[in-house]
Amino acid sequence: MAAPILDVLSVTKTFGGLTAVRAASFDVAEGSITGLIGPNGAGKTTMFAVIAGFETPTEGSVRYRGVDVTGLDVHRRAALGIARTFQIVQPFAGLTVRENIAVGAYLRHRERRRAHEMAAKVAEGVGLSSMLGQSASELTAAGRKRLELARALATEPQLLLLDEVLAGLNPSEIRDMIPVIRVIQQSGVTILMVEHVMQAVMSLCQHIHVLAEGQIIARGTPSAVSRDPRVIEAYLGHGAAKRPHGGESAHA
Amino acid sequence: MLKPDIIIAAVANGLLTGAVYALIALGLTLVYGVLHIINFAHGAILTAAMFAVFVCHQVFRIDPYLAVFVLTPLFFGLGYVLQRYVIDPASHGNDSNILLVTLGLSIVIENALLATFRSDTRSIDVPYGFSVLEVGPLLLSVPKVIAFVTSFAVAVLLGLLLVKTDTGKAIRAVAKEKAGSALVGISVEHIYAVTFGIGAACLAIAACLLMPTYLVNPRSGDAFVLVAFTIVVLGGMGSIGGALAGGLIIGIVESLSGLFLGESLGQIGIFLIFILVLLVKPTGFSGARV
Amino acid sequence: MKGASWLSIGVVAAMLVALPLLLTSNVALNFITFAGIITLAAQGWNILAGYGGQFSFGHAAFFGTGAYAMALLQVRLGLNPWLALPIAIAIGGVVGFLIGALSFRARLRGSYFALVTLAFAEVLRILTNALSFTGGAAGVLIPLRVGSDNMQFRDARVLCWLVLAFVVGALCLTYAIARSRFGAYLVAVRENEDAARALGVDTFLVKLKAITVSAMLTAAAGCLYAQKSLYLDAGIGFGPWISIDALLAPIVGGIGTVFGPLVGAAALLGLGEVTKTLIASLTGGAAPGVDLIVFGALLILSVAFAPQGLMGLVRVLRPASKGGA
Repeated sequence: MAAPILDVLSVTKTFGGLTAVRAASFDVAEGSITGLIGPNGAGKTTMFAVIAGFETPTEGSVRYRGVDVTGLDVHRRAALGIARTFQIVQPFAGLTVRENIAVGAYLRHRERRRAHEMAAKVAEGVGLSSMLGQSASELTAAGRKRLELARALATEPQLLLLDEVLAGLNPSEIRDMIPVIRVIQQSGVTILMVEHVMQAVMSLCQHIHVLAEGQIIARGTPSAVSRDPRVIEAYLGHGAAKRPHGGESAHA
Repeated sequence: MLKPDIIIAAVANGLLTGAVYALIALGLTLVYGVLHIINFAHGAILTAAMFAVFVCHQVFRIDPYLAVFVLTPLFFGLGYVLQRYVIDPASHGNDSNILLVTLGLSIVIENALLATFRSDTRSIDVPYGFSVLEVGPLLLSVPKVIAFVTSFAVAVLLGLLLVKTDTGKAIRAVAKEKAGSALVGISVEHIYAVTFGIGAACLAIAACLLMPTYLVNPRSGDAFVLVAFTIVVLGGMGSIGGALAGGLIIGIVESLSGLFLGESLGQIGIFLIFILVLLVKPTGFSGARV
Repeated sequence: MKGASWLSIGVVAAMLVALPLLLTSNVALNFITFAGIITLAAQGWNILAGYGGQFSFGHAAFFGTGAYAMALLQVRLGLNPWLALPIAIAIGGVVGFLIGALSFRARLRGSYFALVTLAFAEVLRILTNALSFTGGAAGVLIPLRVGSDNMQFRDARVLCWLVLAFVVGALCLTYAIARSRFGAYLVAVRENEDAARALGVDTFLVKLKAITVSAMLTAAAGCLYAQKSLYLDAGIGFGPWISIDALLAPIVGGIGTVFGPLVGAAALLGLGEVTKTLIASLTGGAAPGVDLIVFGALLILSVAFAPQGLMGLVRVLRPASKGGA
């Protein structure tokens, strides 16, 4: 197998007296859709922030394509090819959809016309073509999620970090979003997604890492992970794996 | 070079003045702690209060130490009305807007005072204005001692109010968790207005304490407010103890700066500290939330 | 930025150039020149605050630096004003760069940034008032020697045109910025710094560039003011009056737009004159500060009812305007 595009090496992050992540290690294979799941409070958000560069780990390192990026500024990571979306969407409210996406496109295209062309192209890919001229504040929740995605894609990333991109969407919106994510992967972008919506995780991810109480407790294919008793206990409580029906795959 | 007596006297004076500075800063820090806004109109309100004391004395022949009983509730009401019916509706809750609205208020108030009183400096003559108290080798000005004691008393009263009374508890609740407080039936707009009113009331008391020994002109508030900001940033936004400690420290710094650097450069000490604190540790030494 | 175009800038430029030809009385020329200077200072503020979202309450720091640099380079170093002008503007830029580097490195935002800019302006005012190099409390006097080589013109219209030329230049600069990558990054920083960082924007550098450009524009206004009045003191150069005017004009006119500062300055100063004349005729004498009361009230009213300023009202009245592009 080719070298992983992302290597998280024994990362620990403490905030004052609280240890959010403890010696967590995992890697992400290039070209894959990898999931990072875990119950609430497991430390996924912190882990995500460390990888994206919004937090520095207390110990451990993050390597991207073999290069140590642990202390690197957020904007430099974007230039290297690491893009992220935000769990609570952060549109540039005063700008139009086109202008929003263009901010991302400007990373690789200095000139205004090229950036706007790129923005239109990306918008088409996520289904926002008809709203290019609208103000970002007028979009629906689903629209804003697509905008988050489009902006990140406009930076032409090689690794896309999705932070609960499906949170807050209704079932039909989720169903519409899944193929969009697949298309992104097919265009050559590696995806690491933190997600709670299990149906999406199971159908999209080739590989899953499970975080609970700050530590990686399991890794493997979706079906393997869903049957892992440690994972079931992490979600359903101590002893759940031994109860009847405890071996079936979890439904979100 | 400089005799220790002079330095001790400067420090003592600084402490006395610092207590009043602390009182001025108290209102500012309370408003920030609860409403999370920086009230740029604070200085203008203080100037208005000082002119009010002036008018009470010159026109109504009321001594400042008596006027305080009239002006404190008056300014409380003024502050309440300003926050509830001007600042809050005009700013739609947006932070940048609040900045601008309070700035606008300060411009209106200061220039209204300018138009009414012209730019002359005013002062009042009270019989005890020059009385001194002998404490060991020090000669302390009586009005300043009264100011010192009163400021501390007000700070203690305020602390008690916040802890023991229902309103005080509501204020602390809103400061910590606005949405939750609203859910349990606390009227956030009312509490915001009450807090602002308390801030203005503190200014009224401070004005009454200052006027026996100070001068006032429409620009006075500017000077005091920047000192107040420095104290609040130094002591930590929202911290009453921090405001007190900060006030005393700043009082001493100002006094010593004036002693060593002379009149015109003296003020610079305070601003430089201000800038330094903002750049190095904006949360102040109490580490309060930025 | 919507509504501006090279064409509209050209039209406005033509109108501005025509003004001194149409209104030739000394009073009118004085007013136009002063309004132009305020506009220029306001355009500086607008770049940092309107486009960049960093509200400065101490732009007097840059105005005063430009003014004093312009005056002192001539008086103390004997430099020709045409040479002093670009140097003074550059010095203003350096001051902006330093204040920005310190403040943004310390991650100051919102009220804290406003406060620190206020403090810097005050420090400069106190220093200027105290040091003999800057003339102390007496201020600086630029010796009167009329001659176009000395930037002191017999015909008041020439200085007026010079100021207006700078204004047009600033309009062009603002428009160019708004349509550039730097401009897109600047408004992204204003709207949401974290999201901007995630998209590869070096927010520190962007803010630093913005404050430097902003400082240079406002410093230029200070230089021209010094040349116009030939007298300067700490209160004139670094006083709160110019910090307030520089922020009021864009807010009233339309914050974050190309024409906002110009429209706002014209409206404010026009209103100020009208108020002063009215009060004088009503009370039989000048009442100091009355025009500023109106300014303060206007600030509050603008924020409350017209957050997009006068330019925003214009947009509301033109429902067929396209968005974006």
